[in-house]
Amino acid sequence: MAVLSVEGLTTNYKTLRGWVRAAEDISFEVEQGEAMGLAGESGCGKSTVALSLLKILPPGGKIRKGKILLSGQDLVPLSEKEMRKIRWKGISIVFQGAMNALNPVFKVGDQIAEAIKTHEPKVADSEVRERVAKLLETVGIEPSRANNYPHEFSGGMRQRALIAMALAADPSVVVADEPGTALDVIVQAQILRLLRDLKDRLGLSMILISHDLSIIAETCEKVAIMYAGRIVEYGDAVTIFKDPKHPYTQGLIKAFPSIKGEKVRLTSIPGSPPDLLNPPAGCRFNPRCPFVMDVCKRVEPILEEHGDKGHTVSCHLYH
Amino acid sequence: MDSKISTIDQNDTSSELPPQMGADEVLRVENLRKWYPLRRGFVETLFSKNEMNVKAVDLVSFSLKRGEIFALAGESGSGKTTLGKVLLRLVDPTSGSIFFHGKDITKLTQRELKPLRREMQIIFQDPFESLNPRMIIKEIVAEPLRVQKVAKSEAEVEERVKQVLTEVEIVPPEEFLYRFPHELSGGQRQRVAVARAFILNPSFVVADEPVSMLDVSIRAEVVNLMIDMVKKHSASIIFISHDLALAKHIADRVAVMYLGKVMELSTSEKVVDGPLHPYTQALIAAVPVPDPESKRTKDVISGEIPSPVDPPSGCRFRTRCPYAHERCSTEEPPLIEAEKDHFVACHLYT
Repeated sequence: MAVLSVEGLTTNYKTLRGWVRAAEDISFEVEQGEAMGLAGESGCGKSTVALSLLKILPPGGKIRKGKILLSGQDLVPLSEKEMRKIRWKGISIVFQGAMNALNPVFKVGDQIAEAIKTHEPKVADSEVRERVAKLLETVGIEPSRANNYPHEFSGGMRQRALIAMALAADPSVVVADEPGTALDVIVQAQILRLLRDLKDRLGLSMILISHDLSIIAETCEKVAIMYAGRIVEYGDAVTIFKDPKHPYTQGLIKAFPSIKGEKVRLTSIPGSPPDLLNPPAGCRFNPRCPFVMDVCKRVEPILEEHGDKGHTVSCHLYH
Repeated sequence: MDSKISTIDQNDTSSELPPQMGADEVLRVENLRKWYPLRRGFVETLFSKNEMNVKAVDLVSFSLKRGEIFALAGESGSGKTTLGKVLLRLVDPTSGSIFFHGKDITKLTQRELKPLRREMQIIFQDPFESLNPRMIIKEIVAEPLRVQKVAKSEAEVEERVKQVLTEVEIVPPEEFLYRFPHELSGGQRQRVAVARAFILNPSFVVADEPVSMLDVSIRAEVVNLMIDMVKKHSASIIFISHDLALAKHIADRVAVMYLGKVMELSTSEKVVDGPLHPYTQALIAAVPVPDPESKRTKDVISGEIPSPVDPPSGCRFRTRCPYAHERCSTEEPPLIEAEKDHFVACHLYT
């Protein structure tokens, strides 16, 4: 059975002008020891999905439909008090802000210890210290640095500390929201390497959220491509990158300049993503799609299997 | 403006035209330095002997041809943005010379620079911050015309604004003239920034990470637009980017910077496909590839960029370099021509 299975998750934000349909009808599964990549441009709803999983949506955000099954238990109806037992232990998150996700007035070690103490209040201080030291070692930080404050850490080390924190309570699923995005390319490569190592060594189940398809290609076995609040293509990473079906996925892959191969003029997807307060009728990608047909403007396509097993795509070209 | 800090070195600059300056050279930079002195407390000034400086740009030399797209690549903290600003004299250099169309501009006053500013423009990274939110598009794009007083009448201003907006494909321009920046998407805003930079028909433009804040799917069209504008106006452009893959596809030549120094300089194909410097090799190996079957085999170098206040002795990259040997810590490698038109600063090639 999948460790995490999301079924028809719909999260909207309430604004004065109406509901912003940030994530609609999102379904996916993460197996034990598997990494799933959630890819898409800014504003496509990928971070909303991450925040929904932990139920830490900002004010106005609301899960309106769907189920989040963590080892069979649905998280959606849980109260705030019950959710506290799930966070860090059931699902943990590695935040993006390597620069400001840590509290500047507490020592790094103490912040990691907090995650342990929340779940195991009876553990002796000496044991907590030992575990923090071990965690820091796991992520490649000298354990003596536990007594440093965040400003004494470099960007890469802060991101490592956040990973250590996410691992502190031995969670079933780790959500990594744009890890390493604000960092330099070499440090980012170090962080991704660490995540891959941890996944192999500890058998972590992971959801990796990124706007950068290449990062997902290098780390994940499974990919979900999101556009304007919906998953448009979902399946095995090799299949999606070798044989993308949805016109948006195809465009997105082509828009990435590759460091290998000939010098070419880059191609882009014309237009820009729609306003989620009032998304276009039918397929949400239809105003930008090069293969747009009449039916695309009227009927919203559903995610259906096409070609290989488990490869689903939501596009009228195939159904 | 930090004009107080600048102390132009009198010894090694001459305002005469350098003899090797070709006719098609728009810009030539020689031994350019920008050091920011660190502010110290009173007690520290009394007891410590040495003044501390952040060596943001240290002895950089290169030249830029007419119509050339020249990329400055490197990690954050490598000094690429500072170099871009110094070239436009938005920041004053500490020493060295900048020859713009054969004229040394390092010693000109801001007043003397003003007519030259018609020829040099900048496009900033973040179109959400570089456009004044309280000005309408027409005024934003017309501002250079008004500052330089080149348009004779209000009708001409509007005519030229419309023309340049059409060039950057903000069409129809009439519809956008009286809008505010918040009514535009990120891609459109950056097009407006491009229009503002090109309205005076400059011969030299610095673009500082112009697409890094934009979504991937619209990056390419803004990049292509900039290439087209450069070609059309036969301008030269310095394209500052941390993304070597992007630099490869758009630039004619690439300079890779590390801690204020140029480590490697050549055509974009040579730098990216056949890098000589270990740092460039590491940078390229670290770029993720959108192919799930090519799992990374090469090792990632460890550590992060050291502080530019106290860079390592000798070669600045030696603390992270897998090939570092004794000589690297004592002697600073000069930028030499290792292969034809391929410059590298590394002891492996000397």
